[in-house]
Amino acid sequence: MLHQLEGSHAIARALALCRPGVVCAYPISPQTHILEGLEELIRSGKLQNCEYLNVESEMGALSVAIGGEAAGVRSYTATSSQGLLYMIEAVYNASGLELPIVMTLGNRALGSPINIWNDHSDAMSVRDSGWIMFFAETNQEAADLHILAFGIAEKVRCPVIVNVDGFILTHAYDRVDIPSQEEVDEFLPPYAPSVSMDVDSPIAIGTMVPPEYFMEVRHLAHRKHEDSLAMIECAGHAFEEKFGRISGGLLRGYNLRNADTIVVAMGSVAGTIKDAVDELNQEGGKFGELSLVCYRPFPEEALRNSLKNAKRVIVVEKSLAVGIGGILSREIELAMKGCDVEVISVIAGLGGRNITKTMLKECFGRKNHEKTTFLGLRNDIIGDQYRRISNDDC
Amino acid sequence: MNKPFATVLGPSTSLSNKTGSWRTMRPEYVKMLPPCNATCPAGEDIQQWLSFSQEGRFREAWDVMVKDNPFPATMGRICYHTCEKACNRGQFDGAVNINLIERSIGDIAIANEWKFGTAPEAKKKILIIGGGPSGLSAAYFLRKLGYGVTVYESNVKLGGMMRYGVPRYRLPGDIMDAEIRRIIDLGVEVVCSKRVRSVREEICGFDAVYIAVGAYRAAKTSAEIADGANVMDAVDLFRKLEDAASSLPDFGKKVVVYGGGNTAIDAARTVLRLGAESVKIVYRRTINNLSAHETEIHDALAEGIEIMCLRTIDSVEKGKVLLSVMSYDEENDILSKTDKTDWLPADSVIFAIGQSLDEGILKEMSEISVSEQGVIEIDKNMMTGAKGIFAGGDAIMGKRTVTHAIGSGKKAAKCIDAYLQGQEPMANVKNQTATFKRLNTVYFSQDPRVDVSRLGDISFEEKDISYSDREIVAEASRCFSCGNCFHCDNCYGYCPDNAIRKHPDGSLEINLDYCKGCGICVAECPCGSMKMTLDE
Amino acid sequence: MSPLTIGNRLAKNVAVQSSSDRPNCLTSGHRACQGCGEALGARCVLDAAYVATKGKIAVVNATGCLEVFSCVYPENSWRVPWLHSLFGNAPAVAAGVAAAFRQQGKEDVRVIAQGGDGALADIGMGCLSGMFERDDDVLCVCYDNQAYMNTGVQRSGATPAFARTATTLPTGNYLGNDAQTGKNLPKIAMAHGIPYVATASVGDIRDLEKKAAKAIRIKGAKYLHVHVPCPLGWGYPTSETIKIARAAIQCGLFPLFEAEHGKIVESTPIKEPIKVEDYLRGQRRFAHLFGKNAPPEALAALQNTADNNIREYALVGGADE
Repeated sequence: MLHQLEGSHAIARALALCRPGVVCAYPISPQTHILEGLEELIRSGKLQNCEYLNVESEMGALSVAIGGEAAGVRSYTATSSQGLLYMIEAVYNASGLELPIVMTLGNRALGSPINIWNDHSDAMSVRDSGWIMFFAETNQEAADLHILAFGIAEKVRCPVIVNVDGFILTHAYDRVDIPSQEEVDEFLPPYAPSVSMDVDSPIAIGTMVPPEYFMEVRHLAHRKHEDSLAMIECAGHAFEEKFGRISGGLLRGYNLRNADTIVVAMGSVAGTIKDAVDELNQEGGKFGELSLVCYRPFPEEALRNSLKNAKRVIVVEKSLAVGIGGILSREIELAMKGCDVEVISVIAGLGGRNITKTMLKECFGRKNHEKTTFLGLRNDIIGDQYRRISNDDC
Repeated sequence: MNKPFATVLGPSTSLSNKTGSWRTMRPEYVKMLPPCNATCPAGEDIQQWLSFSQEGRFREAWDVMVKDNPFPATMGRICYHTCEKACNRGQFDGAVNINLIERSIGDIAIANEWKFGTAPEAKKKILIIGGGPSGLSAAYFLRKLGYGVTVYESNVKLGGMMRYGVPRYRLPGDIMDAEIRRIIDLGVEVVCSKRVRSVREEICGFDAVYIAVGAYRAAKTSAEIADGANVMDAVDLFRKLEDAASSLPDFGKKVVVYGGGNTAIDAARTVLRLGAESVKIVYRRTINNLSAHETEIHDALAEGIEIMCLRTIDSVEKGKVLLSVMSYDEENDILSKTDKTDWLPADSVIFAIGQSLDEGILKEMSEISVSEQGVIEIDKNMMTGAKGIFAGGDAIMGKRTVTHAIGSGKKAAKCIDAYLQGQEPMANVKNQTATFKRLNTVYFSQDPRVDVSRLGDISFEEKDISYSDREIVAEASRCFSCGNCFHCDNCYGYCPDNAIRKHPDGSLEINLDYCKGCGICVAECPCGSMKMTLDE
Repeated sequence: MSPLTIGNRLAKNVAVQSSSDRPNCLTSGHRACQGCGEALGARCVLDAAYVATKGKIAVVNATGCLEVFSCVYPENSWRVPWLHSLFGNAPAVAAGVAAAFRQQGKEDVRVIAQGGDGALADIGMGCLSGMFERDDDVLCVCYDNQAYMNTGVQRSGATPAFARTATTLPTGNYLGNDAQTGKNLPKIAMAHGIPYVATASVGDIRDLEKKAAKAIRIKGAKYLHVHVPCPLGWGYPTSETIKIARAAIQCGLFPLFEAEHGKIVESTPIKEPIKVEDYLRGQRRFAHLFGKNAPPEALAALQNTADNNIREYALVGGADE
């Protein structure tokens, strides 16, 4: 049924349909409305058999979820930015313990300087943590990805982060179709963990693993991720079949056929990009757009297949690896090794900086790009500052 | 279960890790000799019967007692209980009242008419000359070993010094009689009032002989006895007292007893009961040197008997005795007369200065020699110079107490048995004695000993002080179980490595597969029944 | 009066640890050092809880000695459901476990979070406090060996005054750990007003078992602080773990008490009081307090701490004194 909903509330309602047993979080902008929504659903009795724990920190939040999941119950938490950094030890722990927790990350910049607005720096800080990571393009997809996430997490026995752009999605109202409980129940079977804490079968979870076995543990985690790509793609198809719309999967292309230039992005910015692409194509350009829905595991082969016929790939990325540049663009460059494709990195929208269609059109239309382009960089400011930071000593 | 690799494990898989390989020292259970057992002249396994007593298993306790001593009720009264002096609890809050527990259980046995059971068919025959504690003890052990036993007793009744050396207020006749009866009921032939004139005349028809005639002949005094002086011997007095046919001597109102041993005290307390108005004990050394047992001295003093120390009797005249004041150099044990003398009024004087063996029965037995001290000489297996003739009790060298006599009879029985089987007696292998230092007393609470006074009315009636069943259990529970496991489970409970197994029956076993040798079990053993040794 | 030993062949009510079929929640083959107080303490607490709940316990373990020596692949020493997540989050993980059991209708499975003093007094204090404040249905057990033993005996917030550790080596005028009393976690727990807080020691197993069994049955947040001497870190012969633990109780430095909803309700009286010196002397970590040039103030300060405890918790002569 269609509702006009704030992104966070849409997520909360989708989550409730997944019947989680333990929900816990520590408030941080912009994730707060999700918790508030969930809390209200629980207190009002709309979400039953679920416990909401107000914890003292993000470390506590993910830890409670770890406990809940290990004891056999679907467990959920949400955070953003600094909160993610504060729980990062537990992030690695949850994946290492193969606990299928689902976490929403209301994407936000990392400080310092402190900044509460959207970019993907927080997500990038856990990209190697062994979690499956999805990026939502719309409020609808944000809601849908959560319904997909539990099933995938539990099948793969791997936790999932659903990335939702802070404010842009979390605080934006949109029309969202919230499926019925029956539909979700048909799509998402009840949680039946193969390993959990049980007095009748007392296992130890979380051993120390010495060097003789550690490599194998890590290798198997990697292999598991690679193997899950097909399953994630399948789950996307199954979702489409069940709910009649496209959400999830690995990638989603727009106008790829005959495109010389394909713009790759993750999250909500895809919408603006598509508008820019449309206009550029109307002006005679050959542009396409490719959204990366599943960032981890990295769908290398699918990317190659989608991008191999392009001459140019422009990666619009909302994060920066200081000292090297774009992250996603480099990963794509590696994926395209051997293809005759130029990969251009455009760093955009850091700390909530506006990304407008005009800026994008101008950028995509350029003939030559620097190695790393900072979209909308204010040259009036940085000129003076270069002199301050330059090191003349050597 | 589809378990992740390595990070999830089933239970108890560490049992494959045999941490015993870390060990350089290993704990061990030991069995030590408790000091009570170590000092008991009859060799009783006191700790074991205390252990049964703690559980209220009095029959089993009594069975343990009579393995070494057929007279628990008797010994529970007249034994001077060296065990209690040795008891390690004495260094904590007072020794366990072993003696009174023995008496109490002995009384339960009599009241319930517990028997020794039946002895095996008699094969060979043994003659025992003397029906005192040593002879009866030997008779008991020999009979149980399957020998036919005949006891010749010169007195009218059996019992020897138990009957004729101990007054009835200390050992009631019915108690003694009941315990003697139990031995006779094993099938011992007894001939009373049979005075053996010569051993030689009697040995015919017996495979072995045990001489347990005791020491009855009163020691000669060096004091001058004037005509008309009323003097008598303590043992003689007791015998007359027991012998219904004899009339009691007239000892007057003021009685002096000469001597410092238990017999002197017994004699003094006896004449007090027979009507003497004043009884004084004259003794050569100081009060600290009295060989009588301290409770006896205490009770005698409490009854109004005066002990005059550092005095010797020079002469006895009618109505008075002449005393010399003595000087005693305790350090060098030199006793000498001073010039001072003193007259003391005395209607009679009772001598209790020791007894000696009547050698008469040994005539025509030149193989049997008598030592300078006037006792029969024996070899290490208690055999005299004459083959097959053994001697023990007061007739040989050693302490003259009833307990020693019983121990002597037990040992003699063992030696006679070995002799008749053509073997050496089994050596008595004794474990090391468990000292107080081995104990970890933090586990014991202060529960001080309560002494029970035997002092009653001045009469020949014994004061009833036996413990109730509950009191037996409580007092027995004070036992530290020195040197022997009493199943407190400290070792089992404290082991950080679960390297001690406790079986359902309570027995404990060290599991060397996992014992790392930390030594906590040994340190926390309350009774010192564990030790660390170097691991091989 | 029967001896105060772990078992007694004559008595019925003896310690769980004396039972021939005790659960041995922590079984043999673990890699704890010889004479480890923590290994013993953990087994005693869990066994008591196990018996009290008829086997329905689940354990969350913080990182530290206990975790490292008990569960290294492929050797697991636990016989109960056991989960190790991180150093500082055991109480929160346990809260999640308890919530999950509740949601599954398995409240009868009682949840324990356990760890060392580093895990609970220091790095995990936030999670611990949160668990207390929410009154989660969890028993948190701290095995207090008063330093970071697993990493090589560095100072923790619970390290007592003047103790030598690898990071508080006495030199010159420096007398080891600063003259504080160590973080008093039981009091911090009490300040949360939770239903039950108790201290216990491997020096008094019966007392410890009684408290563990009581705590595990109470609904809501419980805290049990167990004193567990460490032969390696404290520097004493491996055989003396119990003796040292007992001495800590007897001198007053480690008071045994129970508190309900923030108020002390029971203290275990000291059987035979001793001076703090008699407790400290046997430990190398305090050896510098007994040297020729050792200033007497240190011992006096520690004695003062003990005396204050004796007064505050009425450890000698009952509550009236």
